[in-house]
Amino acid sequence: MATRAESQRIGRLERSALTGVLVREVVNFTSYWRSTTFSSTVEPTIYLLAFGFGFGSLVSTVAGYPYVEFVGTGTVATAVLFSSAFPAMFGTFIKYKFQRTYDAILAAPVDTEELVTAETLWVATRAGVYGCVPMIVAMFFGLNPSWGMFAVPFIGFLAGLGWACFGIMIAGFASSIENFNYIISAVLTPLFLVAGTFFPLSALPEWAQVLGAFNPLHQCVQLVRDFVFMNVDWDDLLRAGYLLLFALIMWRIAIYAMERKLID
Amino acid sequence: MSGELAIRLRGAIKRYGPITAVAGLDLDVPVGTCVGLLGPNGAGKSTTMRLLTAQAIADEGEIEVLGHRLPQDSKVARAECGVVPQLDNLDVTLTVEQNLLVFAHLYRIPRHERREAIERALEIANLGHRRDTKVDKLSGGMRRRLLIARALVHRPRLILLDEPTVGLDPQVRQELWALIDALRAEGTTILMSTHYIEEAQRLADTVLIMSHGLGVAAGPPAELVLEHAGRQVLEVFGTPARLAEVQEEAAAEGLRTRRTGTSISILGVDGDGRGFEGERRPANLEDVFVLLTGEEIE
Repeated sequence: MATRAESQRIGRLERSALTGVLVREVVNFTSYWRSTTFSSTVEPTIYLLAFGFGFGSLVSTVAGYPYVEFVGTGTVATAVLFSSAFPAMFGTFIKYKFQRTYDAILAAPVDTEELVTAETLWVATRAGVYGCVPMIVAMFFGLNPSWGMFAVPFIGFLAGLGWACFGIMIAGFASSIENFNYIISAVLTPLFLVAGTFFPLSALPEWAQVLGAFNPLHQCVQLVRDFVFMNVDWDDLLRAGYLLLFALIMWRIAIYAMERKLID
Repeated sequence: MSGELAIRLRGAIKRYGPITAVAGLDLDVPVGTCVGLLGPNGAGKSTTMRLLTAQAIADEGEIEVLGHRLPQDSKVARAECGVVPQLDNLDVTLTVEQNLLVFAHLYRIPRHERREAIERALEIANLGHRRDTKVDKLSGGMRRRLLIARALVHRPRLILLDEPTVGLDPQVRQELWALIDALRAEGTTILMSTHYIEEAQRLADTVLIMSHGLGVAAGPPAELVLEHAGRQVLEVFGTPARLAEVQEEAAAEGLRTRRTGTSISILGVDGDGRGFEGERRPANLEDVFVLLTGEEIE
């Protein structure tokens, strides 16, 4: 409808609207940060212990790194995925359907585009912070500190933007929370396994390597390793650009999906 | 702004697939008045409310809220409106005060006025002593009061109340009526949807009776009663068979009737009873409501 398009052109993405939604998230976070932080810390630690020491006893080095360090940097991407795509999917659906929070927010001077953008920024920020946890845990198991580590929260944020929008998009298209099972089994699990987190993609057949290159999670893993091990090169700029492109595309689709859902 | 109207709808139509929820509605809410949308479930009241916040976009017709055209200028209009939804959507793990704080931000209250706005809202809802209580520990009535306070935190010029007392105890309902009446006395413009007749009769300056997405009658409650149901009603009791007879006889006399469950109400028997025996009572808005929106439940 023409009128709907016009309405979006007036005062789009206003800072005060974004702030309002962010304040709601931050205030809510004070009531559940303990459980979230607990699971975000314990999960990568378990992966690290299980794979790092389980596999680590069979293979000492992978791609030239001690296996614990290989996995410790790789699971940064896992932590980013788990703290962005999943909370975005479930959180969005719950706030829309069960808590009806979005009804209240959209009755205030906030548009769907602003709502989705603010939620994305918040989830991505959390992903950036929680993404560092596996790396910090790995440092206790021998990963050496480096200046490049300071880039890791920003890489986590950048990757988190795309995955947050991906999650919101899925919640926007899903008609019930059970639909998420299809996405988790058919999309997220394969992407999570073929990301070069636990084994290098070079161990896979060539077609899988080509597909892997399009996996944003793989690009995130590579960026983190390149920065932590101080091997940054021009390819990393392309990787960052790819993550940004992924985020931009998901962002627009997420807004479309949520507008369909929230505005009759 | 068109005259002194806070809300102006002309020929608003909203369809959901094959269903037309709002079918060409005209609605005027003058500034400083309380207008009640009265209608049975499915009459289009909630859809009308959603049209006013642009959470539903009309397929046809004109909508103006506080002089702003919808949907294109709806964000400006929403900033000056307070909305009390039918379904509770408070943040239950937050305290009373935190809920108000969040909305003080969402409604863009400047930093130096925020504290005062929250205190004022707490006072209106009489929740000052519960400011640190989490919402899931509040009673149903307190939650409703907080929901209203939340809608008032930014001193809106217009308040939209969607079924404000649905599903509440009579005591709590009275308490909320007192709160809404106080707002009305202060001159706040209110549009309230309800299917409780007493609520509309007590709080609304004018009532719009809705049926099947259209307004079927509008005016002050007392005038509507006089116009459509007369001054007095005769309620005739009896067996179902007897009631059916009475209904036919009254129809033959040119009198209007409506079923009142266990009795038949004969409307507009202001003088003599025309031969019918029964209990006299003043006509009320419920008579008008049933008469105009139909007796059958769909």
